[in-house]
Formats: sequence, C-alpha cells, structure tokens
Amino acid sequence: MKFTLSWLKEHLDTTATLTEVRDRLTMLGLEVEGITNPAESLKGFVVGYVIEATQHPNADRLRVCKVDTGRDVVQVVCGAPNARTGMKGIFAPSGSYIPGTDLHLKASKIRGEESNGMLCSSRELQLGDDHSGIIDLPAETQTGLPAAEALGLDDAVIEIKVTPNRGDCLGVHGIARDLAAAGVGTLKPFAAERIKGTYASPIKWTHGYEARPDSPCPIVVGRHFRGVKNGPSPDWLQRRLKAIGLRPISTLVDITNLVTFDLNRPLHVFDAKKLSGDLVMRQAREGEMIQALDGKVYELDPSVSVIADSRGVHGIGGVMGGEETGVQEDTTEVFLEVAYFTPIKVAATGRKLGIQSDARYRFERGIDPQSVEWGTDVATRLILELCGGEASEITRSGVMPDWERSYTLRADRVKTLTAIDVPAAETADILTKLGFGISGSGPWTAKVPSWRPDIIGEADLVEEVTRVHGFDNIPTTSLPALSATSKPVRTQMQRRAPQARRALAARGMNEAVTWSFLPRKQAERFGGGAEDLRLLNSIDATLDTMRPSILPNLIDAAARNEARGLSDPALFEVGPQYKDATPTGQRLMATGLRHHLAVPRNWAGPARTVDLFDAKADALAVLAAIGAPDTLSAQPGAPDWYHPGRSGALKLGDRVMAYFGELHPEIVAAADLKGPVAAFEVFLDAPPLPKAKASKARPKLVLSQFQPLERDFAFVVDAGIEADKLVRAARTADKALITGARIFDLYAGKGVPEGKKSLAIAVTLQPVERTLTDAEIEAVSNKIVAQVVKATGAVLRG
Amino acid sequence: MDDLSTIRSEALGAVEQAADLGALEAARVAALGKKGSVTGLMKTLGALAPEQRKEFGARVNQLKGEIEAALDARKATLGSAALAARLAAEKVDVTLPVRPEAQGTLHPISQVMDELAAIFGEMGFTWAEGPDIEDDWHNFTALNIPPDHPARQMQDTFYLPPRGDGTPTVLRTHTSPVQARTMLDKGVQKMLADGGALRIIVPGRTFRIDSDATHTPMFHQVEGLVIDRTTHMGHLKGCLVDFCRAFFEIDDLPLRFRPSYFPFTEPSAEVDIGCSWKGGELRIGAGDSWLEILGSGMVHPNVIANCGLDPAVYQGFAFGMGIDRIAMLKYGIPDLRSFFDSDLRWLRHYGFSALEGVR
Repeated sequence: MKFTLSWLKEHLDTTATLTEVRDRLTMLGLEVEGITNPAESLKGFVVGYVIEATQHPNADRLRVCKVDTGRDVVQVVCGAPNARTGMKGIFAPSGSYIPGTDLHLKASKIRGEESNGMLCSSRELQLGDDHSGIIDLPAETQTGLPAAEALGLDDAVIEIKVTPNRGDCLGVHGIARDLAAAGVGTLKPFAAERIKGTYASPIKWTHGYEARPDSPCPIVVGRHFRGVKNGPSPDWLQRRLKAIGLRPISTLVDITNLVTFDLNRPLHVFDAKKLSGDLVMRQAREGEMIQALDGKVYELDPSVSVIADSRGVHGIGGVMGGEETGVQEDTTEVFLEVAYFTPIKVAATGRKLGIQSDARYRFERGIDPQSVEWGTDVATRLILELCGGEASEITRSGVMPDWERSYTLRADRVKTLTAIDVPAAETADILTKLGFGISGSGPWTAKVPSWRPDIIGEADLVEEVTRVHGFDNIPTTSLPALSATSKPVRTQMQRRAPQARRALAARGMNEAVTWSFLPRKQAERFGGGAEDLRLLNSIDATLDTMRPSILPNLIDAAARNEARGLSDPALFEVGPQYKDATPTGQRLMATGLRHHLAVPRNWAGPARTVDLFDAKADALAVLAAIGAPDTLSAQPGAPDWYHPGRSGALKLGDRVMAYFGELHPEIVAAADLKGPVAAFEVFLDAPPLPKAKASKARPKLVLSQFQPLERDFAFVVDAGIEADKLVRAARTADKALITGARIFDLYAGKGVPEGKKSLAIAVTLQPVERTLTDAEIEAVSNKIVAQVVKATGAVLRG
Repeated sequence: MDDLSTIRSEALGAVEQAADLGALEAARVAALGKKGSVTGLMKTLGALAPEQRKEFGARVNQLKGEIEAALDARKATLGSAALAARLAAEKVDVTLPVRPEAQGTLHPISQVMDELAAIFGEMGFTWAEGPDIEDDWHNFTALNIPPDHPARQMQDTFYLPPRGDGTPTVLRTHTSPVQARTMLDKGVQKMLADGGALRIIVPGRTFRIDSDATHTPMFHQVEGLVIDRTTHMGHLKGCLVDFCRAFFEIDDLPLRFRPSYFPFTEPSAEVDIGCSWKGGELRIGAGDSWLEILGSGMVHPNVIANCGLDPAVYQGFAFGMGIDRIAMLKYGIPDLRSFFDSDLRWLRHYGFSALEGVR
C-alpha cells in the first residue's frame, strides 16, 4: 500500500516529521517497506527563465538560450521546438544526472556554441511520456525555485506492508486512524453527507438470488447521474494517483481509484447509456462470457457472482468490471455501483479466474459493510464536483451483513498476557480512538467498529491496546528455570540422528540435504511411487513423488559432482523416507554412498575401488554409534536396487536394521557413473532402545591376569559356505575359553580344488583361572576343528 | 711368557681393528672361542705345576677379562655406528603427503540444529518432532487457519491424494502442526494439569510451492512453544533475546519486536535483529538497520482450545524461524538453493567437522 505524506495529512492533523510517522507506522504493525521522494532525483534542478532564445548559427533545429537560474545566467543550447524567449522551464545544471536518458550532463560545445546545462522535457525527468518539447511552466512560477517544489512533487511516497488482517489500512484514512490512536496527531473526519437525488434512478438494483448476510453480495447501493462531463481529471487528482503508481484515465475512473485508495472503498461506474434495463446481482450461468476491463475474455460458471442487465454480464462481482459498459471520455450518463461482496466468495472467484485487482485485494480482506452508504455519498460529491451534472435518487437491494458484535476485555488481561501495565484510562482511550464503542471502566465492553472484521475476541483487543501503547513497553523477562539441573534436550531415540551424522562425518563422508521428493520413475525403481505419495500439484515432474529411499537423490548428487570433475564422492544424508502417507510411514534413515575409489591413487600404496565391505563398515559404524546391540548378523537379501550377489542386510533376529552393498550395475550405468557404488541404508529407528536402568553405571570390568593366546586354523570348504557360519561354529567349541575368532585369510585358486575355498581363522583363547597346558590347548584345538567340520563339512588344511 | 703378551697384543689388535660386528665376532672366536688362543692357554694350565698354575692362571684370567672388556667396548662402538648408518639409510622425504584420508563434514543445517538444541536446552526446552505428511486439520484448522484462508490454496501448499475418509493431505507448510500434536498428547495434558510447563522446540522439514532465487520448495523451520498458566509476552521477549544473542554470539545484539499478524498467535510480533550494511556486506549487530528474523506471538486462544486445553487456564507463546535462513546469516552463506545442491566444494567449504561445535 502506497500513499504520500501530504495525502496522509489530508486525514491526519499532525506536526509529526516523516521519520516520526515512519517509525510509528512500523511499530503499529504497518511495516514501512520504503520511502521515496521524487524531489531527491530532482535535487539541483531549478526553475529557469529563458531571457532570450535565438537561432543557433550552425544548426537549423537548435536554439541558443540565455537562462536565468535564479543564481546566475548561463548559456544553453536547446533542441526543443517550443523553446522561446520569456518562457519558464526546468533547468538542469552541468553535472546533473538526467534519469530519463540515464546520462550525466557535462558542459560542452554543441556545433561551436557553449552549452552549460539543459532545459528538460517531462520524459527526461521521468515525469511522463511527453517529449514533444521542454516543460513549459506558468509564467508566474518563481525563477530559481527548486523543480520539485514548482512541479508539486516534493512529497514523500510511503510504502507499507499491510498484513492480511488489516484491510482497513488499505485506505489512507484507516492508516491515519491508527496513527491518531497512537498519538501522532488527530484524525480528521471525511465529508460524507447525503446528497438528495433530483430524479428517480432509471436503473434499479435487484438480486437474482435471495440476499442474505452471507450471500456473495448481501447488499448493493447505487445511483444514476446525468449531464456529467468526463475527460481528464484535475491536476491534483492526477498527481495523487501518479505518485502511487496509478495511471490517470479519466475523471470518472480516477474518482473510483481515489476513493479505493483513500477510503478503502472500491467502486464501479457504468456508462449508463450502454446498459439495458435494471442491474441484477446474480450467479453467472454456465458458459456466460465477459470481456473484463483488463481486455481479456473470461468464461464463467455458476460459482461466480456477477453484475448483469437484461442483455448480459457486465461485471465480475468484487473483482473487475466489464469493458463493454465502462465509461469513456464522452460518457454523459453514469451509473454508480457501491457494493459489499463477501470476502471468501471474492477470493474464490479471483483465484478461479486468475484475476488480481485492487478491488479483489480489498474485498477479499473485508471492507466496511457500512461503506455502501457513506461510499455512495463520497462518490456522489466527487462526481458532481468534478464532472457536474445531477444525481438521481438512491437505489439499493439486499440486506446489511452482520457486523455488530462486542467483546469483554478483562481489567487485568493486558497485564497477564503481555506484562505491560497500561492505565485503564489509556486502554479505553486507545480503543475509542480506534473506533470501538467502549463502556465500563475495566472490565470493558468493546463494540467492534464495522471496518474491523478481524477483531474476533478478547485477545484481539489486547493486541490493539498493546500495539498502540507500544511493543517497546513489553519487559524483557528471561524464562524462569524449570529445574535445578538441565535435562537432555533430545531423547535417546532423537539423539540417533546427530549420532549417525557425526559417525559418518568422522568416517570421511560429506553430509548432504536433498529434497523429500523426486521423479516418479526413480521412486518406482526404488520400491515407491504409490498413488498416495504422489503430489497433486508438484512444481514440475522432476519433483512429483515422495521419496521411498534417499539413495536416488544421493546417486544424482554423486553424478552431478562427477560431472563437475569432483571425483569419488562419499555422501550421506540423515533424513526421512516415505513408505505411505501416514505418520508411521515416515522412517528416519541414515543413507549414504561412496563412488568409485575408496583409496585414491597415492605414493604409499595401491588405489582401491569401493566394494560392499565399505558400505557394510559404514552401516555398522552408524549402528554402533546409535547404540544398536552387537548381536547383529549380516545376511544376504537386500532390495533389488543392490547388486544381487554383493549386498546384504544387517539383522537383529529377523528384523532388518540396515541394507548395504554395491548398487545394481544397471542403476550405476543409468546415472552415468563409472562405478562401482557402495551404498547403505540404516533404519535409525529400528534398533530397540536398551532397557531403562536406574543408574548410568556400567557393569564391572573383569580382567584376566593370564595372557590370551591365539591359534590359527585353515579350512577348505565349499565355495558357497558363508564365512560367518565357520566363525560361529569355531566359537561354539568352548564358549568360556574362546573370546574371539576372526577370518584372516580367504583363498581360492591353485592348490585348492575347484568349487572350494580356503578360509583361515585366528581363534583367541583367554584363560581365566590359570595358564593352559599344552594338552588343554590341544584338546580345545581339536574341538574347534571338529565343530567346524561338523557345521560346514570343512577339511582342515595340512 | 712371550706367548701371553703376543696373544694379548694379537687379540686386542684384532678387536681394535674389527670393522664390523662380523669381524669382531671372528676376533672373539680367535681369542675366546673353543679353539681360540686364550682358550688354548687355558688348556695348557693342567700341565703346569700347581705353583705356576695359580700364577699363570691368574694372568690368563686377567687377559680374558681384558679382551672381553675390549670386545664389549668395540661392540658398543660398532653398534652405534651401525645404528647411525641404518638411520641414515632409512631417511625419508618428510614432505611427502600422508596416506589419503577423506575429511567428512556435517551440513550447516545439522550444525545449526545442534546449536539450537544446546541453546534451548539450557532454557529447559525439549525436542519434539512430527510427520512431514500432515492432514489439513493439524496443519491448518487446529492452528486457527480457516478453510478459506489463502495459505491453504493449491498455489502455496503441496497436496497429496486425500485419505480414504476424504481428509485432505498436505506436506506440512510449517512445523506448527507439531504444536497441536504435542498439546493434544494425553501425557502432556496431564503434566500441564499437574502444574507443569510445556517447553518444546520443533525443528524439521517444511514445504511450500515456491521456487526462485530466495525460495526453495523444501526448507527447514524451528518452532518453539511454551505453555503453562503464567507465561506472558515479556517471557517471549526474554526467551528470544536470550536465544538470538546466544546464537549469533553477540552480547548486545539489539532486537526489535514489531506487531504483526499470524492466524495462530494473538498478539503477534515479528522480530528484527540489528544490522548494518557496509559496502554491501551485511553485518549483524548494533547498526542503523533491521533484519527480520522470526515470527512469534502469544498462542491464540482458539489454538489452545482446538488442542483440548482451556484457554481460560493456559497461555503461552510460540515462535518460528527458518533454520536455513539463520544458518545463512550466521555463517555468511549467500545462496539458499546451494544448500540442497550437494556440491562437494560447497559441502566442504560451508560444512562443519564432526567435532566442531560440540559444547
């Protein structure tokens, strides 16, 4: 919402400075977004008197002018056809910046004649389109006067952001009312006296539906004018509209715009001669068309409320009038429409048809319903004053919407809610100045004014008092402590996300954050894409489905990085994936991948490409960091986006905690990655929480005083036998004595029969009571071999 | 007797001249070995008369001791020389790089979330979470956003197919639905009824149909909610002043509370922090300018009532701010879109080490 300082002062009697007005507006909740003053770009420009204009000796089209600038007399070469001796214009001295041409003036010689400055056209000053000649000011204008003053432009333009609840401040009068309540001057009442009609309106308002307080248009008022003279509006009106960026059109149209921005009262005027019969507020009929004032043709349906006559539709209710019946320069008979449209209906229509207009903007925020009466009076006075003619009697149809209501404000409520002590008298005074009808002395009963549809309860009254009294008066009080010791912010389960992140970052991976949605094709490849997870209104097809896995996004990110020459990305993300649209369908994942080289080329050793064991290590590290039990088992069986032979699941019992493996070569190829890609997906919420314990103390550590010893065994087994099976078998040989067993060698090839492999394990024996004798060691060793042979059909390698 | 002195000088000479441990061992064997010269002298003792044997034996023993001492001394000398030679041979170019070791990073959003946890944790807040896919009741209706409110329109909100019962489903447009989910929780209601206080922060993903230089369809918000019987707007101000100063690490950071409008709070305030623009560069702190940073207000009585609490008994405040935005401001990150591009150069430059910011 834009307005000028002088416009504001039409409604507000004040001595406040621009800065005071600005600061107060912002602190009232009418945030000032910008202040511009056209005078600033005209600084240095003055009224110049052309003492003498003579023909340039060397150029037919140029004149050499002697210009009195009020301070001195300078010579200017001027190309304007209207430059003449004795005229007054706008003089720009050398060094000025000319906004219309984007040039800095320099003293120069033009065809041999000195030129020290310039006489400007409207276009050169960006005041209008006129470039047919230089600005010709009235003869009585004082020479040397600053240009902005002479042109009536020395008026700051203030732009404020009006929050959606404050429709009443979409008119300058409403803004002035807020300022007056805050003590910045006194609100001036606006003139709205009823002017009696001299004849019966030949056009009557009617309703096509039963008008009710919640109808699309509950009430409409209007009247007919005859003998009016349209044409360009007076200077003051044009200047006012131009200052806020509106284009003057004709007196009648300019009046409707003035009243819209001045009093937040949108109006419409018809050329009455183009109407047939009475006007009706009704629903549009299926397929009815209208060419609106924006020049576009709209097809309507019964959800749209329209203004029509016996011939057809001439306006879209509360949104825009029709082109065909609009007023023209030569219009002499006018019909004025002053209606109240219900906000949600206007919003729905505007959205449906995609029309933005100053009227829609105001109606959908809710205007003063009573303005149908006073708006008619204001418009009548302006039309008669500026266009002459006479007005008919008033015609109206419908019922006044319900706007009268009142709320109680408890005496201590401002204090208990905001901690400000506003004196009772001030509370009543603030509300009164805002237009509330106040009775009582605390508690108060506040009757809400018709222009404040946003006030719907006591809390709103508190806000009114508080913001006008000033938010600066709210004390700054730190929250009191809840307990003597501070407790963890996150629960054990919630801490898993940061734990997983820090574990993976510590392993050299870079954390990414990617969209929760992705293209449907990708979702389908990764087990998703169900109907209930497809966005109905995606921004584009690349982001139309909720992700069933984070991997596709990370694969894309890896490919983007490789394409930028950033090789071997190792990326992870801790975030949601979606199985269905219910709250439990969202799972928190730690997902990551490593592309191509795990160890890059280096002087100290060979490069190494990634494989599933990198992914397995990452997954295990995450599970360890979040406190998953160490009884996990790795088993084959990962989803089909993994390489079927190089992937697996980490399970607790039969519950999946994580998937890991190399990605399916098809997926790697489709992403244009050279591969391989080692990826993992950990379900952070899957590992059960440990049982709550009374104490954080850990179980006692028992250390044996005897040295552990390690024995190595090599077995030849069928190639299909899983290493883990062999290790588990070995461990069962003596559960008390054997504290560890690990594979340290895997071999197949020469010396090992076809279809077999050699697995070597190191078993750790930890004596507890005494050192083991050779015979005891021998006995355990034999037992280990026997267990392994029994479980796996292995043969001990000689 | 000559024998003895000859053997002595030969043996000691050999020890002295031994150039390495091998030669030294040869010298030892030559003198003290089974067939060594000194050992040979020992063997002759038996043939001597007891008188002579005693005297000669003592001299041979002395000689043996003398040679052994010489051997030890020479061995020590040769040992340190060999060590020195070995060390010299083992010299390596220390300017060679270490073995490759990738430096991992945390995303700035995660870093800021941890900072939020630390600061609000000190103030007694706990962490709350809710689903990204919401029903329109939690996302809008409960929060006093009526069905005709512009925020609900398709151009702002991502919609998913409605549930079986016709309930519209949306991607949450803010973290505020978790306010409702928390207040509706039976355990929370009992805690409040028992005179307790609710203080939560809700960080998370939020979604709006918006995509340009300064908007992304997904972004992150943190919501704050305090509900009890006495919390007032002064506490709101105190809490946010304390937070902003701690977060930006500026003790005297000025804050401005401006009246504003949100459907779910009344009164509502937008909060600006002081800043200045020097040479086009933003500096946060006391200055001649203000920067909007968050929205806040006293929880609207309708919201409290919608969530099953009595607005005549309970009151409190709520606030919400953009995590991405405050990360940009604090760490000088210029472009929001780059947060979600996963460019390794960006992740490494603006990311944080796994150990950074731990406090």
